[in-house]
Amino acid sequence: MDEVRNLIIIGSGPAGYTAALYAARANLKPLAIEGVQSGGALMTTTEVENFPGHPDGVMGPELMDNMRKQAERFGAEFITDDVSRVDFGERPTEAGAEGLKTVYVGETEYFARAVILATGSAWRPLGVPGEREMLGHGVSSCATCDGFFFRNQHIIVVGGGDSAMEEATFLTRFAASVTIVHRRDSFRASKVMQVRALNNPKVKIEWDSVVEEIVGEDGKVAGARVRNLKTGDTKVLDMTGVFVAIGHDPRSELFQGQIELDAGGYVKVDSPSTRTNIPGVFAAGDLVDHTYRQAITAAGTGCAAALDAERFIASFIELPLPVGAARW
Amino acid sequence: MNTATDGDFESVVLGGKAVLVDFWAAWCGPCRQLAPVLEALQTELAGRVTVVKLNADENPETASRYDVSGLPTVILFVDGEPVQRIHGLKPKGALRAALEPWIS
Repeated sequence: MDEVRNLIIIGSGPAGYTAALYAARANLKPLAIEGVQSGGALMTTTEVENFPGHPDGVMGPELMDNMRKQAERFGAEFITDDVSRVDFGERPTEAGAEGLKTVYVGETEYFARAVILATGSAWRPLGVPGEREMLGHGVSSCATCDGFFFRNQHIIVVGGGDSAMEEATFLTRFAASVTIVHRRDSFRASKVMQVRALNNPKVKIEWDSVVEEIVGEDGKVAGARVRNLKTGDTKVLDMTGVFVAIGHDPRSELFQGQIELDAGGYVKVDSPSTRTNIPGVFAAGDLVDHTYRQAITAAGTGCAAALDAERFIASFIELPLPVGAARW
Repeated sequence: MNTATDGDFESVVLGGKAVLVDFWAAWCGPCRQLAPVLEALQTELAGRVTVVKLNADENPETASRYDVSGLPTVILFVDGEPVQRIHGLKPKGALRAALEPWIS
C-alpha cells in the first residue's frame, strides 16, 4: 500500500489553509488537495475590510496567497486539483488505528488517518431560462472578473445579501446604471454594505421582484423579465449584464452517502467540535456553517479542525514533535 | 508562457496551427487559479497545442472581436478559426477533453 498520511485536507479557502497551517506546525505534514478553485470564495472578492490584522483592508486573492504561503512555510503540501471521490468506509487498517480514509484525485489514491473537509460553498444559480446558456455572455457569477466588460452599460445584480451589495457597489465603477433586483422589501445585507450601495447615485432597486427569464439576442444578454411578487406585474428590463449574487450552497456532493449531511446539504458536526459522524473525519468552514459564513469564522473552525485531527491521530500513534519544538 | 496582444494577434494566433488563447486580467481571481492549470496542460499537450495568454484589459480589441465578456475564457483557434470556447474555471481533465476532438 502507498504511503499513509496523517492528514488530508480537502479544499482550500480560509478554513482549509488555516487547518493546513496548524497541522503543518504540529508536524503532521498535511496534504491539502486544494481543488481547481483554490483559495475559495475570497478569490473573487475585491477588498476584504473585516479580516482582523489588516487595518487598511486587503485584497481577497492576496489574503489567500498569504495564508497558503504561511502553511507552505511549515511543510504543508498542496495539490491543485479536484478530488474525484472519497471513501471513508472500511479500509485496510494499521495496528491500533481506525480505518484509513481514501481520497481519490482522478485515478490516484491517497490514504490518510484523518481527513478535514473544507470544500466551502458554491455559487448558486438562479435556475431560470437563459441563464446557463448565456453564462460568460452577459450572465456572470463574478463581478470582479467581468465588471470591466460592462463599461457604460445598464446591468442588474440579483440578490440582497452582502455579496449583492458588494457587487453592485463595485460595478458602479464601470456600468451606466446598476439595478438591484431583490425578492423582498428589505435587504439582509449588513448595514454598512447596504448604505454604501443605496447611497450610490447609479444604483436603483426593484424590490419584491424576481428574475423569471434572461432574454438573449444573438447569444448575448439583452434583457431580463422581472416579476413583482406583490403586484404580479412583469416587465422586461433592457440591459446587457446580469450578475447573480443570491447566495451559495455547501459543496458537499462528494461526501453524500459517506458523511451525515443536514437537509440543506451542510455537513453535520458535533458542535463545538468539528467531528463529523465518522471518526477521523472533521469538517470546517462554509461547508458546515449556515450562520456566519465569514472568512474569519471559517479560519477559526479550520484551526479547530486541525487541533481535533491532531488529537485524534495522537490517540493511536505517537506524533513527532511540533515544528521548532527542539529549539525551545 | 507565450503572450499575444491586439498588435500581434494575427501573426501569433491566427497564423498558428492550434493555439489556445487564455483571455485573462490581473483583477480576475479565477484567472490566477486557472494559470497553473493551463501551464500543466501546455506541458501535457506540448507539440499539439500552444497556449498563449492575452491580457483582456490591455487588449480590448481582440477581447471584443471574439465577444469575450466574462473571464476567464479560453478559445481554441485551429488554422486561425475559433473552434472551441470554454468559459470559467475548469479542471485540467475537463479542458483537455474539450480540446482533444479538435487537435491532432
